[in-house]
Amino acid sequence: MTTVTSWTAANSRRLAREERRRRLGPLGVLTHVALLIWTLLVMVPILWTFLASVKSEDEIFGDAWSLPATLRWDNFARAWEQAHIGQYMLNSVIVVAFSTFGTMLVGSMAAYVLARYPFRGNRAIYLLFVSGLAFPVYLALTPLFFVVQNLGNLPVIGPFIGLNTHAGIVLVYIAYSMPFTVFFLSAFFRTLPTAVGEAAMVDGASHTRVFFQIMLPMARPGIISITIFNILGQWNQYQLPLVLLQERDKWVLTQGISDVSTAAGYDQDWSALFAALTIAILPMLVVYTLFQRQIQSGLTSGALK
Amino acid sequence: MIFNRYRRGLFIISFLAAPVMLYLVYVISPYLQAFYIAMTDWRGVTATPTFIGLDNFVRLFGDETFWKAVTHNVLLLVLLPLITIVIALFFAFLLNVGGAQGVTGIRGSKIYRVVFFFPQVLAVAVVAVLFQQVFRPDGSGMLNGPLMALGVSPIGFLSDPQVAFWSVLGVMVWQAVGFYVVLFSAGLASIPRDMFEAAQIDGAGRMSLFFRVTLPLLWDTVQVAWVYLGILALDVFAIVWVMTDQHGGPDWSTTVMAAEIYRNAFQYSRFGYASALGVVMFVFTVGFAILSLRLSRRERIEY
Repeated sequence: MTTVTSWTAANSRRLAREERRRRLGPLGVLTHVALLIWTLLVMVPILWTFLASVKSEDEIFGDAWSLPATLRWDNFARAWEQAHIGQYMLNSVIVVAFSTFGTMLVGSMAAYVLARYPFRGNRAIYLLFVSGLAFPVYLALTPLFFVVQNLGNLPVIGPFIGLNTHAGIVLVYIAYSMPFTVFFLSAFFRTLPTAVGEAAMVDGASHTRVFFQIMLPMARPGIISITIFNILGQWNQYQLPLVLLQERDKWVLTQGISDVSTAAGYDQDWSALFAALTIAILPMLVVYTLFQRQIQSGLTSGALK
Repeated sequence: MIFNRYRRGLFIISFLAAPVMLYLVYVISPYLQAFYIAMTDWRGVTATPTFIGLDNFVRLFGDETFWKAVTHNVLLLVLLPLITIVIALFFAFLLNVGGAQGVTGIRGSKIYRVVFFFPQVLAVAVVAVLFQQVFRPDGSGMLNGPLMALGVSPIGFLSDPQVAFWSVLGVMVWQAVGFYVVLFSAGLASIPRDMFEAAQIDGAGRMSLFFRVTLPLLWDTVQVAWVYLGILALDVFAIVWVMTDQHGGPDWSTTVMAAEIYRNAFQYSRFGYASALGVVMFVFTVGFAILSLRLSRRERIEY
């Protein structure tokens, strides 16, 4: 008796499932086709660039889809040395390392105080930071250039933070990353429980200690998300360095790549351009593959808050 | 007690001093100065600016190039969110509820998401140079090579003023879609499965599943996406400046507000005029932000 019931139950479930599948139609195959088309759209231009980076000049100017006769690794050497991609990359690493660290330190401090310490003017300062989210940076571009130039004339510290200095652009990056960092992290600090910090205060911990030893570790998920967000944003920045770093040896990678593309036309060295592009893309591909889950959630979490 | 209050105040000041200082010097003060500079004829580093009132704004109204740039921004403002959201919603739907049962994700959905998202982590300047090569006008271009092999005459993706703008839009969509697929997938994941199952048992097909269940439940996320893409469309610079011929050409067919501001300020040294253009751009951006905030006030669906 029981076997019969379970058989009919299983059977009717199967029938229902088939009925549903029939109604949904043979979309399975089409679904995969659509998804594969976009996969190809994304991958093919990138793989094509990788392929061209080991071609000779003649092969690049010939048929776009020909395979290289021999692999020309010397393209990479030329891109790294003569086109200075190595230098630009190093500059980018230095700038982003300092600016992201600075952004996170200063930004989390501001966000924490604004989220957790009510005082007169708190709301005003918070709104001042957050209002920056709506301003187009292009409005500030001209005056910013002169602000940085004038700061360069300050005694003692001037030469370090003026135009064409990495410290100068680090400070600019930190300032322009404040709106989103403060907005996101103060929302995050507000969700954390207060009890742990209060207990530590009763035990005699200072405000500063509570922040660095208790609140900051508790806020780790938010800190990681927004750190990734800032690293990528500052690494990919093009507009600000274009204005503030005009000396070639200070350039960051994005400036370098777009210059190589202009120079390739004069020098007739397109293979070095493709090698330079590959050098710019490959590390991102590796880092992205390793941390894709964190990167995806880091970049999208801001939108979902 | 008083000592504690004092310590608290000191703590607040010491934590806020650096960020507020940096922000005032590098962000707030340039923005405020820009509004003043916009009313001067400032042209160089040494020359003292003369106050000329609203002359820059009057001149701006007759500036055909700038209005071309505005037209392009407005076109992007409409098309970029529309196209990107439609494509991203379609893929997010297929990936998350497109499975055989109609309620589960399809096989390999994780890999697709990883691949789709990748362009987002590349710098816009790098993407611009990449597509410059893809769009080459002769047989050495990735797209024109196969076209010419098929006997079709090559398309001037970047050299034909009729086509160049669409190439820019295409690249922007190419880079943005993956981000919104992931965003919408996250939104879909937070919708209980029962919703889809219930709708199916009630006889919903794939189409009505999408339009009557998925879309209404995702509406909040779609609005966020709309605002983000709108800002992206108004702010676009690097892709145009790096990828197109003559930074916004050919024949101004791809130029945008940001490119005109940069050109006027740092190539023509018209700092006053560039700031006036910046003020116009500011009005557009803030206007868009306010408009989208007002329009998005809609009842949330709780579940």
